[in-house]
Amino acid sequence: MTTTTPDSKEVAQAPINLAFTSEQKIAALREMLRIRRFEQQALKFYNQGKMGGFLHLYIGQESVAVAAASLMNGHDEMITAYRDHGHALAVGMSMEECMAELFGKATGCSKGKGGSMHFFAPDKHYWGGHGIVAGQVPLGLGLAFALKYKNIPGCALCFLGDGAVNQGVVAESLNLASLWDLPIVFIIENNGYSMGTSLERSSAIADCLAERAAGFNMKWSVANGSHFYELRATLHTSMEEARTTLRPVLLEIKTYRYYGHSIADANHKKYRSAEEIEQYKEKHDPIPCWQHQLLEEKVLTESMLESIDRAAKEEAAASVIFAEASPWPEPESIFTDIYYEVDQASEAGRTGVHFFSDSL
Amino acid sequence: MPLITYRKALNEAFSEELTRDDSVFLMGEEVAEYNGAYKVTEGLWERFGSKRVIDTPISEAAFLGLGVGAAMMGLRPVVELMFWSFAYVGFDQIINNAGCVRYMSGGLINVPMVIRGPANGGTSVGATHSHTPENLIANTPGLKVVCPATPYDAKGLMIASIRDNDTVCFMENTLLYGNTGEVPEGSYTIPLGVADIKREGTDVSFITYGRAVLTALEAAEILQADHGISAEVIDLRSIRPLDEEAILNSVAKTHRVLLIDENKPFCGVSAQIAATIAEKAFDELDAPILRVTALDAPAIYSMPLEKLQLPTLERIVNKALTLF
Repeated sequence: MTTTTPDSKEVAQAPINLAFTSEQKIAALREMLRIRRFEQQALKFYNQGKMGGFLHLYIGQESVAVAAASLMNGHDEMITAYRDHGHALAVGMSMEECMAELFGKATGCSKGKGGSMHFFAPDKHYWGGHGIVAGQVPLGLGLAFALKYKNIPGCALCFLGDGAVNQGVVAESLNLASLWDLPIVFIIENNGYSMGTSLERSSAIADCLAERAAGFNMKWSVANGSHFYELRATLHTSMEEARTTLRPVLLEIKTYRYYGHSIADANHKKYRSAEEIEQYKEKHDPIPCWQHQLLEEKVLTESMLESIDRAAKEEAAASVIFAEASPWPEPESIFTDIYYEVDQASEAGRTGVHFFSDSL
Repeated sequence: MPLITYRKALNEAFSEELTRDDSVFLMGEEVAEYNGAYKVTEGLWERFGSKRVIDTPISEAAFLGLGVGAAMMGLRPVVELMFWSFAYVGFDQIINNAGCVRYMSGGLINVPMVIRGPANGGTSVGATHSHTPENLIANTPGLKVVCPATPYDAKGLMIASIRDNDTVCFMENTLLYGNTGEVPEGSYTIPLGVADIKREGTDVSFITYGRAVLTALEAAEILQADHGISAEVIDLRSIRPLDEEAILNSVAKTHRVLLIDENKPFCGVSAQIAATIAEKAFDELDAPILRVTALDAPAIYSMPLEKLQLPTLERIVNKALTLF
């Protein structure tokens, strides 16, 4: 992060931001606060041992998913990696189903079969939630391919981290997207660290990651994740480019995560300084930045802010109560949701043996 | 019934399905303008055009993943791997994405995709081009594996696989592409998970699939002619789902079993079937469960030696005789 200046007048005056109503601005703030309060609750109960596996927090990056979701047109499709809670809530998944999934409960969005890294809501154009670094990138290509194949006027939003860019499949995917004119926006959420390895120690670049797009004859752009108007303006331009010209775009969003790679990341204060973290919290946290912007615009008042935040906290706390009260999945559910044809008891699902262990 | 090649049988299956369903498309290296590295997709690009029959760059991970993503959105990709050996550079997409996304989404998503291509040794192309990953793929609940031996089975199983709403890994064989057999015109399906008794017999059961079926049938003739032993040949046709009933019925009939396939033995398909028989038909057995598989070494290049690596008539006949 090199800049602490607020959004420029110019980006705030971009048509897409001029069309952003006061209600929508408040809604965006509400979404960011909901994500943060949700994850803070998740962290609390993760630390109490109520959840398994990993917990990759999005805290500090909320503006990115919220800005992108605020621009989806009903035809656009979204996919991301394992730091997926923010995107899930931003597209409209409920805190209850997400929290219950973290608790491994039957009421979770994946019935307790996916966990933190695997939230999905195809009905909300949200395709996960993928655990293997960069594994989701060619799936994003497939979403874009299907949109084009079916003549649907949308684009695919394919998120990846700065740690994903050095996986071979990313290069393959950038090439295919450009070669085949696929309507996709690749969005690198560059939080500076691939787990414990800084950008400088992992990626050979001159100025930024997005410039790698030039090698694939693809447009690219960089935006500051702390500046919501800038984010929206940049995303909008890229999404329109993809939708109308069927050309892919590579975006890089400069952002930051307060917490470790996951909460199990014991070294997250060793590979970066406490000062660095504090400086980010003070000057670049996208939520205070956006709050400040809206207070300045007199769209927001302190009392509104307090009430929105209180509601977010209450909703998050209620989601924990819901999750704790929810039942565990039935043991029989181990053998469902594996084969569609078996689940449907279709003709194709009834021939031959599909599972080879003893049943329960 | 027309006599056509295994290659042509597959080509007819694609043609039928491309005509029937607009959501079906073919994709892979050299499948379109080049007509297919093994000519399996010959003529389809000219007939169906570039939207439906698509040449890819050499990027298996990306186009396999693209297929998964497109299938999640309701399309029906048929993705060719020039060799199944090349799947190894795209394994993440097959195992983690095609294989697991339904489970991890709690059943919200399914992936109606076919991944196909040859998976065989025996052509002197060295170890890296000679893998037989049917056991590796079948080890992932969520994926299906089909290995047809004859032109008739290839066409019917391919049409069933394209219509299946789960991911089917369809393993062909370059040594079978030129084989001919009777194949009906038009559309028909063979269900996955249903074995075929390719030869009735009473004394020993040969459980096999893929090209090994043909070797097993020849061996059965020799055993009959030279030793008066009647071998039954069960062609599994699909590995997962697996027709356990057909296996167990045959074992109950003959009480002796020889598992024959071109897979490697360690944790191979034959190991799974041996476990099944041991668990479910132990009392039926009059002899140990024996196997003839590929020799347990990487596929060797040298022509005469590689022939020895795959199940030979001699190895099958000799092993079968030890059961009596």
